[in-house]
Amino acid sequence: MKIHEYQAKALLSEFSIPIPTGAVATTPAEAKNIAAELGGKVVIKAQVYAGGRGKAGGIKVAKTPEEAEKLAGQILGTRLITHQTTPEGVPVGKVLVEKAVNIERELYLSIIVAAANHMPVMMASEAGGMDIEEVARVSPEKILLEYIDRAAGFQAFQGRKLAYGMNLNPAQVRAGTSLMTNLYRLFQVKDCSLAEINPLVVTADGEIMALDAKLNFDDNALFRHSDIEQLHDAEQEDPLEARANELGIKNYVKMDGNIGCLVNGAGLAMAVMDIITHAGGRPANFLDIGTVNDVSRVVNAFKIFTTDPSVKAILVNIFGGMARVDTIARGIAEAHKQMDINLPLVVRLAGTNADEGKSILAESGIEFIEATDFYDAAYKAVQAAKGSYK
Amino acid sequence: MSILINEKTRLLVQGITGGEGSFHTRQCIEYGTRVVAGVTPGKGGSDVSGVPVFNTVEAAVEKTGADASIIFVPATFAADAILEAADAGIPLVVCITEGIPISDMVVVHNYLKGKQTRLIGPNCPGLISPGKCKVGIMAGEIHLPGNVGVVSRSGTLTYETVAQLTGLGIGQSTCVGIGGDPMPGSTFVDILEMFQEDKDTRAIVLIGEIGGTAEQEAARFIKEKMTKPVVAFVAGATAPPGRRMGHAGAIISGSSGTAGDKMAALAAAGATIAPNPAEIGLTMKKML
Repeated sequence: MKIHEYQAKALLSEFSIPIPTGAVATTPAEAKNIAAELGGKVVIKAQVYAGGRGKAGGIKVAKTPEEAEKLAGQILGTRLITHQTTPEGVPVGKVLVEKAVNIERELYLSIIVAAANHMPVMMASEAGGMDIEEVARVSPEKILLEYIDRAAGFQAFQGRKLAYGMNLNPAQVRAGTSLMTNLYRLFQVKDCSLAEINPLVVTADGEIMALDAKLNFDDNALFRHSDIEQLHDAEQEDPLEARANELGIKNYVKMDGNIGCLVNGAGLAMAVMDIITHAGGRPANFLDIGTVNDVSRVVNAFKIFTTDPSVKAILVNIFGGMARVDTIARGIAEAHKQMDINLPLVVRLAGTNADEGKSILAESGIEFIEATDFYDAAYKAVQAAKGSYK
Repeated sequence: MSILINEKTRLLVQGITGGEGSFHTRQCIEYGTRVVAGVTPGKGGSDVSGVPVFNTVEAAVEKTGADASIIFVPATFAADAILEAADAGIPLVVCITEGIPISDMVVVHNYLKGKQTRLIGPNCPGLISPGKCKVGIMAGEIHLPGNVGVVSRSGTLTYETVAQLTGLGIGQSTCVGIGGDPMPGSTFVDILEMFQEDKDTRAIVLIGEIGGTAEQEAARFIKEKMTKPVVAFVAGATAPPGRRMGHAGAIISGSSGTAGDKMAALAAAGATIAPNPAEIGLTMKKML
């Protein structure tokens, strides 16, 4: 799960990591008041779940409160389109207004879990303020790594290695090491999947602070962090994905085609998209219905299909294991009872309780195209979406 | 022969009294697996389908000599269940549970270091040695005893593959689902190593997914160590970059995570790539 920059900075501050002074505004008038209180030059930053804001015009500098009001007005209520968003962009409902900082150096600091090593790793670089993947590609020697032992935690010597490695002066090494220790504590306590400060700046006064901040959280651990879960901003998501999430369908990703897919298992769901493409069509979505044997979840999947105007045919491909085919079949029948669904439906059922599932569908009286195997299902769905299946 | 499990395996079910646990216990017994014990804290002394239930894994192992465990415990408590099985010295632990926090898995990997326990999963369908033993949630009847080993990150795509193989009369020695999480207990390389050693496995099917570098590591192993033929497929060629696709592991970050890169690495290592997921069986048939 992602959160906004202002929320991430509030968390950093809670863990004693220095951040610029500032506050969040939802209207131009609020932005003006905040700027007046801060005094001097301020930075206005669009709050969206996407990087590349600067280049897209989402970050502006204002010299007076009046200018802050004007610039905030230009950003608030618009949709920001960056290289990380869809062509439609993401809505800007809030701006962060911060006191401008005199920057001397821009550094980079982050923590992720290194899956191959089974442990968290802290990454630091002197090449801050730019795309770190680009730094990794062009000059990998500029990225310093410290793997963190789970039992020992992040040690001061590791902080010193990174701080000296980034050429901080002795006074800054102490502040830098303590900042790193605090960032690891935050990462650990809040079950982050990414904690990134880019840039981490050294100011003209020699102070070290987080000028930007990105925190992502492990979705699987949200059950123990209700405080984090409530920070989620559904406005930042694709509306269909947000709706799916609301309906309890967590594994749904909107795609650009016209075949609505309902599949069990992520690997099979991806393979179904691959084979639809191979058969000359395009999927309207990725949807892994999961292993919960729950009729209402299947009905909810059909609610998404009927809400999505791009869907011209529905493909259900189920290979039962943990998910039982009979339950899925009952869900399909129930969906057609509850809703008026006028889309061609291609169904392929196999695995645990498949025969029972097939007879449930046959008895339900709903119209559907039966597919014998995986490829047959994709082929028939592609034809059905073209309106040419007879 | 087969790898990891056979007709002698003595299985323990952790979370045996839950809905999934009890259903799949029955399915495993029907398939012929020797299910010797179950564990649910607080339900010790009862039984599920005639299988005695214990409060702790330690007690269950002591009384029944269980040498493999399958875990159906909810994600919140699953890491604890894995550790309990390892602590009791069970050599093979198969964790079906999906949704375990990654920080819990850091603890699990740390704990398992230097121990004899092999973990399969989490977030996996388990494994089956057709005709001998099933320690998983796959439909037993789609399998056929034979000489092809299957290893996969995906559950249902494995079923799909197995159904294709069986339909073409190609039997399987053992099918292992290593799971869709970013930090699985066992990797492709671990399983390929066992298949390479196994006398009755003649060829291997490997099913990968976008995200991570497990397929590239498998490719390196295939190139350097394997003499048996490998057919491979990597799902997710149509997935948009940077998006999470259900499995926590299936997220593309950086070019090495794409299906195209992975298939290219496997092909360069000498594996035969199935042209699409509906022709994995056919590709194997041509090779045998």
